[in-house]
Amino acid sequence: MSELKAQFSEWRAAINRVLPPWFSRALALSLIVIAIIAPFFFAKTSGFMNATIIAFAFAVMSLGLNVVVGFAGLLDLGYVAFYALGAYSLGWFGSDFFFKAHIHVGVSGIAATESGIHLNFLLILIAAALICGLAGMIIGLPTLRLRGDYIAIVTLAFGEIVQVIAVNGQSVSVGGGMTLTAGNLGISAVDSPYFPLIGNFTLLNLRPWYWLIFVILMAVLFVNLRLRDSRLGRAWVALREDEVAAVSMGIPLVRTKLSAYAIGAMFGGMSGAFLGTYYTTVNAGQFQFGFSIFILAMVIIGGLGSIWGAVVGGMLLGYINQYLIPDVLNTLPQKFGLNFSLTQIEFGIFGFMLVLVMILRPQGLIPERRRRLEMTSEIAAEDAQLVESGAPGGPA
Amino acid sequence: MKPLAAVRRFSGRWGLVVALAILPIYYGIRDLTHGYQAGLANGHPVIHHDLSHLGFNLVQGLSNGAIWALIAIGYTLVYGIIELINFAHGDVFMIGSFTSAGLWGTLGLGLTTGVLGLIAGLIVTLVVSMTVCGSLNVLIERVAYRPLRSAPKLASLITAVGFSFILQNVGLLWLGGSPQGVPDLIGESQTVFSISGVPIVRGYILAILVMIPLVLALGWFISGTRAGRAMRATAQDPEAARLMGINVNATISLTFLLGGMLAGAAGLIYALYETNVWYFQGFQAGLIAFTAAVMGGIGNVRGAVLGGLIIGVIQALSDSRLGPQWTEAVVFGYLIVIMILRPRGLLGEETREAG
Repeated sequence: MSELKAQFSEWRAAINRVLPPWFSRALALSLIVIAIIAPFFFAKTSGFMNATIIAFAFAVMSLGLNVVVGFAGLLDLGYVAFYALGAYSLGWFGSDFFFKAHIHVGVSGIAATESGIHLNFLLILIAAALICGLAGMIIGLPTLRLRGDYIAIVTLAFGEIVQVIAVNGQSVSVGGGMTLTAGNLGISAVDSPYFPLIGNFTLLNLRPWYWLIFVILMAVLFVNLRLRDSRLGRAWVALREDEVAAVSMGIPLVRTKLSAYAIGAMFGGMSGAFLGTYYTTVNAGQFQFGFSIFILAMVIIGGLGSIWGAVVGGMLLGYINQYLIPDVLNTLPQKFGLNFSLTQIEFGIFGFMLVLVMILRPQGLIPERRRRLEMTSEIAAEDAQLVESGAPGGPA
Repeated sequence: MKPLAAVRRFSGRWGLVVALAILPIYYGIRDLTHGYQAGLANGHPVIHHDLSHLGFNLVQGLSNGAIWALIAIGYTLVYGIIELINFAHGDVFMIGSFTSAGLWGTLGLGLTTGVLGLIAGLIVTLVVSMTVCGSLNVLIERVAYRPLRSAPKLASLITAVGFSFILQNVGLLWLGGSPQGVPDLIGESQTVFSISGVPIVRGYILAILVMIPLVLALGWFISGTRAGRAMRATAQDPEAARLMGINVNATISLTFLLGGMLAGAAGLIYALYETNVWYFQGFQAGLIAFTAAVMGGIGNVRGAVLGGLIIGVIQALSDSRLGPQWTEAVVFGYLIVIMILRPRGLLGEETREAG
């Protein structure tokens, strides 16, 4: 095994020597260009496009959860709360749900004439981010003094409370015969995004949706990359590795932890608002605990704390969930004479993947550099070498 | 940070006690002053002004709580020894219910079975269910937690969640996605006697009758036997326990076995008591029981029993006053209040985790 590994790293080094220094940037740029023109090679309503759009949205959520769990090391099992709040921001501010109000900002078509609150999708996106950021901080507050498992349980409890409120919101009046949510019936007449020059999005042409979520994904990815290398990002990692040491080095505990919760929640909210309008309904049944675990599985399988891992994990599980299980493998058990379909047990499959990854490859598919070093204990090996060779002054 | 710390200093244990007592006291006063609807007479609601409705809630809550207590002990034992929240525990309990219900069919237990046959059948079911759940719990520990014992704690927590989902889906494939009715073998809602207008039904007596001997036996096992002493030693310091010649791996397996067995017993009582089973019951019960364990002070068996009974009462009050659809939110609201006021619970000691 180790010989094989050494061989691989040798090859990798050799390839890196041959390639010009601008190669990785050129590769990234060409991938982005390919992603932008990709929709022209598919039909306007193709199932694969649909799966890709949803996979992108999941990748955005995965990036958000990665900030909380991966960077800051706060295990959040209630991430579905932000999906719910993001989707409800869309339901509240982009439909005729609050029918007593007449507010229209930057919308056209039917949305401009209906009653209710109708904001432009960009405004809703900002509103969703703000609401979720605030909710993230509220959820973070009671967990500040807690560690490890207790954080997981408190966030789980918040997620469940949000779901219970979403389901029963039908009986919570907000005045004038209007209710808080539409429960399991769903707020279903939500606006589709409208942009000048492009017009209203329709489900008969998925390309604009694709580009919209692609732009959101790129923006979130960019913010993530910048955050990771920022002062705040380093503070998160320091808190994750050793809270006592980090605090005694002057890292403000409260602000740093709360900002991790808030930023992670914002991305979840943005993705939730997008999925709300894309699914054309905001339904309380979507916000199950299983979804939190689904997103967590993306982060874990990709590699905790690794940005590219989160994107790959999100896309991978998105495709498995949207395409592979329902369209390709769904009838597999029936071929073996078993009386069920794979979509019934998809959460069981994700649970199984979680266990498998954790036991066989705990660092994930694309591990973060620091974590990879920890896991394979290369640092320890290096230290041992240094001690053996009696090098003065420690590592250079 | 400062206000939170101040609240905690001010509150301590009594703050939590007050928070827990608010609900029954509020509804008691409300029943006395406003009255409650006891039934219909000639189409008009009959309003009573007494405490028997509250008493009914309390009795029902305590017997519900007996089930939660049995599950909560499983959480607390495992947490005490390896500091892991065994997320799959609730689903082990669900498997216990399913095993019991399935076994009734195999043994031919039904509404027409005689008393002696019923008792014999139920004892067999109890033993089988406890064995199945105990072995299942040991197996999960062996497969999912032991390989990760030296890894960061996050890792085994995640495999625990993964296993919880696997078991849930096993249950889903076993009996389908909706609650399945099972025969009401003991006639659980028949009143045996009543205390000042509060009916005590067979289900309540059964729950309490099974819970108390099991808890006493567990207490004896932990405090009185060699294996129990090994468990306590391992919980305190695994490394030192190993040096003293204790087989730590076997002791941890034993802990999982005991927790699983209690969950199996709870599974049987649940099936007899609720007369329906479904794959999601384990998840909900697991969260409620975990809240109970935290409320009592995680790692503390007496605390788990106390917490289970209290949560049972809260649940019964919420079920009958606010409606069952809000119960989950109320229980979790309490969990968060505990975390803010007193993370170590009613009887627990200060731990590093709960700070």
